Amino acid sequence: MLTAVLALTAIAIIFGLLLGFAAVRFKVEGDPLVDQIDAILPQTQCGQCGYPGCKPYATAIANNEADINRCPPGGETTIIALADLLGKDPIPLDAEVGEEKPKMVAIIDEETCIGCTLCIQACPVDAILGAAKQMHTIIEVECTGCELCVEPCPVDCIDMVPIKEDIFHWKWPYPEQTDEEAKL
Amino acid sequence: MIRQLFRFKGGIHPPQHKDRSTRSPIQAAWLPKQLILPLHQHIGESGEPIVAVGDHVLKGQKIARASGYVSASVHASSSGTITAIEELPIPHPSGLSASCIVIDTDGEDRWIEHGPEDIPYTEMDVSHLRNLIRTSGIVGLGGAGFPSSIKLNPAGSKIDTLILNGVECEPYITCDDMLMRERPENIIAGAKIMRHALNARQCLIAIEDNKPEAYTAMIEACKDEDIEVVQVPTLYPQGSEKQLIKVLTGKECPSNGLPFQIGIVVHNVGTAAAVHNAINLGEPLISRIVTVTGDGVAEPCNLEVLLGTPMQALLDQCGGLNSDVDRIIMGGPMMGFAMHSTEIPVIKTTNCILAATESNVTAPSDVMPCIRCGACADVCPVDLLPQQLQWYARSKEFERAQEHNLFDCIECGCCAYVCPSNIPLVHYYRYAKTEIWAQEREKEKADIARQRHEFRQSRIEREKAEKAARLAKKKAAVKKPADGEKDDKQAAIQAALDRAKAKKEAQGVEPKNIENMTPAQQKQIDDANARRQQTDTSEQES
Repeated sequence: MLTAVLALTAIAIIFGLLLGFAAVRFKVEGDPLVDQIDAILPQTQCGQCGYPGCKPYATAIANNEADINRCPPGGETTIIALADLLGKDPIPLDAEVGEEKPKMVAIIDEETCIGCTLCIQACPVDAILGAAKQMHTIIEVECTGCELCVEPCPVDCIDMVPIKEDIFHWKWPYPEQTDEEAKL
Repeated sequence: MIRQLFRFKGGIHPPQHKDRSTRSPIQAAWLPKQLILPLHQHIGESGEPIVAVGDHVLKGQKIARASGYVSASVHASSSGTITAIEELPIPHPSGLSASCIVIDTDGEDRWIEHGPEDIPYTEMDVSHLRNLIRTSGIVGLGGAGFPSSIKLNPAGSKIDTLILNGVECEPYITCDDMLMRERPENIIAGAKIMRHALNARQCLIAIEDNKPEAYTAMIEACKDEDIEVVQVPTLYPQGSEKQLIKVLTGKECPSNGLPFQIGIVVHNVGTAAAVHNAINLGEPLISRIVTVTGDGVAEPCNLEVLLGTPMQALLDQCGGLNSDVDRIIMGGPMMGFAMHSTEIPVIKTTNCILAATESNVTAPSDVMPCIRCGACADVCPVDLLPQQLQWYARSKEFERAQEHNLFDCIECGCCAYVCPSNIPLVHYYRYAKTEIWAQEREKEKADIARQRHEFRQSRIEREKAEKAARLAKKKAAVKKPADGEKDDKQAAIQAALDRAKAKKEAQGVEPKNIENMTPAQQKQIDDANARRQQTDTSEQES
C-alpha cells in the first residue's frame, strides 16, 4: 500500500517537473492563432469590420467574439481561407459591413490639395507623402485602398479609383459553365 | 549507330494539317506602312524605350533596351519615323494594351551600319558572346520567348547536351519545318555558336518523322559536322522541352526544375538561326518566319515577317480571309489563343497565325458534365490527374490543386482534346494558375502593408512616449531653476533696495515735491506707503 502511494507520488512529481520544464522551455510567445488569422486578412487596416485594424479583428475572431464574414476587402477568398483554418463553414459576407469591391487606390487631386496633413494622419500604412501647407501625394504601390483618407479631407480632393488592369496582373476568367454542368 | 529513343507517357496524334502551308517556299512579307513594336514580346520585364517620338530610326537600330536580367531589347525592323510611344493592343489572351513603339516606315528599308565583330566568336570571351546575343534581342522563337542569352549561360553547371528543337509538334504550324528545309546552314551555324557558348559535349537536332524533307536537308547540311540529326516518331506534345529531353535521353527533368540541372539545354531551331544572324552577320532579331494558315485563309503559306507588322497585312498577302472565319488564333490550335483584333502586330513569339473556321472550334454549349472516364489522365504527358485538377480549380480549392502539382501542367491541351464531354480543362488550369499568382501578389502586398502598419503603430507609440518624456523633463527643468532663480532675484532686488536706502541716507536726499500737500494727497501717500509696507512684510514672510 505504502509502496504504491510512494510510487504514484514519485511519478506525479516527475511528471509535474517535466510539465513545468516543458512549460518554460517551449513557451509560445503570443497567440499563434491570432497570427495565423492575421496572416489571412488583407491588411488594408480599413476598419470596415468594426475593429481598429486587421490585428484587433484577428484577435476578436480568435476569441470567438466576431464572425469570419466581416472583411469586405478580403471577400469570399478570405472567408473561405478563414473557414478552412478554423474548421468552420464558409458564410456569405455580412452585408452590414459593406460589399466586396474591385481593388482601389486613392488619388489626390494635387490642384485642390491645401496641405492640411489630415489624410497623412489617417493613413494606416504611411502611404501619403507631404507636409503642412505642402501638396500631398499618394505612394500608389503602398496604398491598400482602405478609404480612410477620404473622409478627413476638408476639400474633398481624394478619389478612390479602381486599379487599372494590365497584362502582368490580368487573370483568366472563370470558365463559362453550361446549365447542365452547373447542376452538378 | 542508331540512337536509342525513349517514350514519354501519354500524348496524342491530332490531325496534322501541315501540308497546306508547305506547298510554296518562304516568301518575304510586304513592308507595312506602319510597324507596331510592343516593348513586351518575351518572358520577363518589358524593354525600356531609348527613342522619342519624332526620331528617325534605321532598320536594325535599337529602340528599347532590356530593363533587367530577364528582359530583351527591341530593334526597329525597318527605317522610318517614330510617331508614337503609347498603349496599343498586343498579342495576349486578355486583349489588353501595353506600351508599344509605332514606326511609320519610309519605304527605304535602310539598314543601320552593321556587321560581325572583328574577331571570330571562337576567340571571343564567352560572356561577351552572350552579351552580343542579349543586345541582339534574341528570345526563344519556339513560342515561349525566354531570353536566349540566359539559356546560354550554364552558370557553373556542366552542360552535356545541347538539343536543337525542330520537332514542331503542334498541328498547322510549319515555320520551323520550312526554315530547316530552306536554310539548314543557318541553323547549323547558330548551333555551333550556341554549343561553343555552352561548351556542350554533344549537339542533337530533333525532327519529327512527319517532316522528311526537313530531315533530309538537315542531314545533308550536317554531313561534315559533329552534330547528330535525330528523327523522332510524331507524337504531340513532343516539342515541349521536358518531353523532348525524355525522348532523346531517357532523363526526366525534376518537377519545378530546369533542364540545365541535368546537364541539358534545349533551343528552338529558329533561335539558332537568329543567333547565326546576330553573331555572323551582326543583324539583330527584327524578323521571323510566320505560318499563316487555317481553313479561313485563301492561300496558306510561310512568310518572313518584320516584327511589328499588323496581322491583317499578312492575312491580306495570303489572299484574305474566307467568309466563314470564326476567330484568328496566334499559335496552334492546341496551345494558341484567340486575337481580339487583326490589327495586333506580329511579335517575336508569333510562330503561326491560324484563321480558324466555326467547324474547328468547340462552342461552350457543347460542354457536358464529366463522366470520369479517365481519358485525360491517360494522355497527360506530365502524369497529372487532369480531372482532379479540374475539380479543384472549379471549386476554387487552389491549395489542393497546387498539392496535385498544378504548376507542372504545360497547358498542352491533350486532356481537353480527348475529353468526350468537351470540358475546357486547360482553361480551368489557366484560371487557377493566374488566380494563385494573384493571391501570391496580394499576400506579398498584405505583408508589406502589415509591416508598414506595425511600424507606424510603433512609431506613434514611440513618439508619444518621447513627447511625454520630453514634457516631463521640461517641467522638471522649469520647476527647479525657478526656485533658485527666485531667490537670486529676490536677493538682487533686496541688495539694490539696500544700496538705494544707504545712498539716500548718506546723501539725505528727499523727494522735492512733498511740501505743501493737501490733506487728500498726504492721505494717498500714507495709504500707498502702508500698502508698500504691507507687501514688503508679506513678501518677507513668504
